[in-house]
Amino acid sequence: MTETTSPEDDIVPPQEVPEMDLYHPHSFLTRWIFSQDAKVIAIQYSLVAISIGMVALVLSWLMRLQLGFPDSFDFIDAADYYQFITMHGMIMVVYLLTALFLGGFGNYLIPLMVGARDMVFPYINMLSFWIYLLAVLVLVSSFFVPGGPTGAGWTLYPPQAILSGTPGQEFGIILMLASLMLFIVGFTMGGLNYVVTILQARARGMTLMRMPLTIWGIFIATVLALFAFPALFVASLMMMFDKILETSFFMPAMIEFGEKMSYGGGSPILFQHLFWFFGHPEVYIVALPAFGIVSDLLSVNARKNIFGYRMMVWAIVGIGALAFVVWAHHMYVSGMNPYFGFFFATTTLIIAVPTALKVYNWVLTLWRGNIHLTLPMLFALAFILTFVNGGITGLFLGNVIVDIPLSDTMFVVAHFHMVMGVAPIMVIFGAIYHWYPLLTGRMLHNGMGQFHFWVTFLGAYAIYFPMHYLGFIGVPRRYFELGETTFIPDSAHDLNAFITVAALVVGFAQLVFLFNLFWSRRNGIVAERNPWKATTLEWQTEHMPPTHGNFGKDLPIVYRWAYDFSVPGAESDFIPQNMATKDVKLAEGMTVADLKAEKT
Amino acid sequence: MSQTASPKSAESAADPGRIESAIQDWSSDQRAFKNVPWGKAMMWLFLLSDTFIFSIFLISYMTVRMSTKVAWPNTSQVFALEIGGVQFPLLLIAIMTFILISSSGTMAMAVKFGYSKNRKITAILMLVTALFGLSFVGMQAFEWTKLIHEGVRPWSNPFGAPQFGSIFFMITGFHGFHVSIGVIFLFIVARKVWRGDYDTGKRGFFTSRRGNYEHVEMMGLYWHFVDLVWVFIFAFFYLW
Ligand code: HEM
Ligand SMILES: [Cu+2]
Repeated sequence: MTETTSPEDDIVPPQEVPEMDLYHPHSFLTRWIFSQDAKVIAIQYSLVAISIGMVALVLSWLMRLQLGFPDSFDFIDAADYYQFITMHGMIMVVYLLTALFLGGFGNYLIPLMVGARDMVFPYINMLSFWIYLLAVLVLVSSFFVPGGPTGAGWTLYPPQAILSGTPGQEFGIILMLASLMLFIVGFTMGGLNYVVTILQARARGMTLMRMPLTIWGIFIATVLALFAFPALFVASLMMMFDKILETSFFMPAMIEFGEKMSYGGGSPILFQHLFWFFGHPEVYIVALPAFGIVSDLLSVNARKNIFGYRMMVWAIVGIGALAFVVWAHHMYVSGMNPYFGFFFATTTLIIAVPTALKVYNWVLTLWRGNIHLTLPMLFALAFILTFVNGGITGLFLGNVIVDIPLSDTMFVVAHFHMVMGVAPIMVIFGAIYHWYPLLTGRMLHNGMGQFHFWVTFLGAYAIYFPMHYLGFIGVPRRYFELGETTFIPDSAHDLNAFITVAALVVGFAQLVFLFNLFWSRRNGIVAERNPWKATTLEWQTEHMPPTHGNFGKDLPIVYRWAYDFSVPGAESDFIPQNMATKDVKLAEGMTVADLKAEKT
Repeated sequence: MSQTASPKSAESAADPGRIESAIQDWSSDQRAFKNVPWGKAMMWLFLLSDTFIFSIFLISYMTVRMSTKVAWPNTSQVFALEIGGVQFPLLLIAIMTFILISSSGTMAMAVKFGYSKNRKITAILMLVTALFGLSFVGMQAFEWTKLIHEGVRPWSNPFGAPQFGSIFFMITGFHGFHVSIGVIFLFIVARKVWRGDYDTGKRGFFTSRRGNYEHVEMMGLYWHFVDLVWVFIFAFFYLW
């Protein structure tokens, strides 16, 4: 479909949404601490998420030290290792990525990008953050209780998760479950806000099909979260009862130390179904915002409209819907009915179609673009590479017969780190480099940024690429040490040591990044008004950084989609979304009729 | 409305048809659901999410009912009420169900009177709804006490599969929690209606926002939902 930019676009329907009744803070406390401003809440969310993410990062170093140099560290025993694994995995997936993408980027960008003054219910939005903080504190407290945090693995499979022999079965598991339930309650409050703001509080002229893909990604991801988290909530509640009240929702009859336990008749597989009914959509909760943001980064830095906008939107929606019918591909070895495996393998391969479509569109967006290799662009390109890598190994694991030998090996660890660890983190970095000037008015230091990028990107490959090979030769996942195992050659141990060194170097680069965040806050180059020459509304606010209420006296009016880059006939190589066609400066000798932006 | 004579545009302007106008709304700016205020949209979305919670409760119940090897208790006996030496199966539950459904009726009327700004009647109807809700919770408490006296515990019970007790306490407890929250908010909103906060534009204590009679309707949505969920619990847990 081809539409052209025409004066007709200047006709915009009248205002129908009432002016937002904003809360105006009077004190430091209500302005910065108990703030109801989505921008402040976004920063609060991000700071907490990054802080707890640092804990997960440090845990990954400890795990890698143990794997690379077994027998050298007295302070890591097997129980510690399992606790590290569990906390690392859960923090990374839930408390860092989900919270940062939705609570952080969602809060900051949604009102600004759709042209609203704030979220529709700021008070509930504030509660959302405080409950999230509480969830994080409960999680952290589990490091300090007797027995330590749970070591059940981030999947928390019962029966082992609550039985003796698993570290943290005294209190750790209880705190973990409580923390997850709190997180879900808090998230729901924020999530409802995000969705309603996007659906019901957009600016004049901002149709759904003019929204930047960033918003589409966050929108669908939030919807997924609202429907997927209930499964985790109920599963956590039931496991909590199994643990505290000795009910048997998930617990079969068992014998421990020669004695029959009081449990009996429950279904452990039920937990796996519930967990993955949450767990798979969770992958897309993390991936869809990344998809959206990366589309915008690519388009801005290639000075070209995103290829196939409509297709991109439908792919996001389609992936979101399919995400709910693939969960049991994580359960091929669980002993479920084999026919399930057939069904879920099929749906898994089907979901690869819209995903691949998005990858093609990103690449075609680059095709003959005017590419600016800025830092955000570098990270965006790195995302494409790592995501394709992880996606391809996903095709292996999606097939039952290929998965069975690979399941629970390092191959799986390599796969999910590539696809849901490294790839979304790349986008987060790119997004931070991109929007930091908007938040602070200053650019991040370029030299440190280049160092951060190259070390992280190449280092991530150095860490995870060899892991595929380790997986192929059968090195198992979640093993404290390999010991004397005949099928594992000495070279595997050398490789492990190499991976550890790479992981430590990558970890160091993250410290440089954090330093850059603080340093540039005061010492960075002062940013121009719209440093990346982006079209979206957040850069067109009256003040930069945007103030309370986001836009000045008048809300913006939107005349075009978010991708009018290099429009033939226009003087500038981008036209902001809120610029009417009659206001567009034409290139010499051009008339309005020459303004032809191709929309696909 | 355009006044042109061209048959084509007259046709499309006259009646776009339901599906077409829905699509037009969806693809328009500002709002996807025209005339749906924010609060109502949010409540609908929340209820949709909550539907997942209750569905998963019920699915889990069915799963453990299949996985346990011990026979499932006969609910019509367990939940029988003895009056004058005669056993009435499910009598109490039937009364509870009746009360909850009646409360949906009074709630619906409250919404109607709310929109005609009939403060007193709206508030009274909401209070009646809340009292129905309270009596429902009270009867549930009575039922819990009775079963606990008979030895039913979350981890075991004298009638059969231990999962029976677990499921019973968990699902009715979670539903009763919903009802209780609803009762609390019914009281709060009824008080606001009675005082006329929605007419004077008084700001909320926590949110410092002005409310309006849509709050009554939001309460209504929630209340009908809780009621509907009960019907499913009744059908799947008590009758089956
Ligand atoms: C420098 C970055 C990272 C390093 C060095 C690292 C390292 C590791 C290691 C060594 C394991 C345990 C492997 C095993 O023995 O089974 C692991 C597990 C895991 N990691 Fe990472 N990781 C990193 C970043 C991330 C990120 C960004 C995510 C976010 C998705 C993530 C998610 C997970 C998950 C879900 C597990 C599985 C935990 C379990 O088995 O219960 N990791 N990681
Ligand atoms: Cu999956």
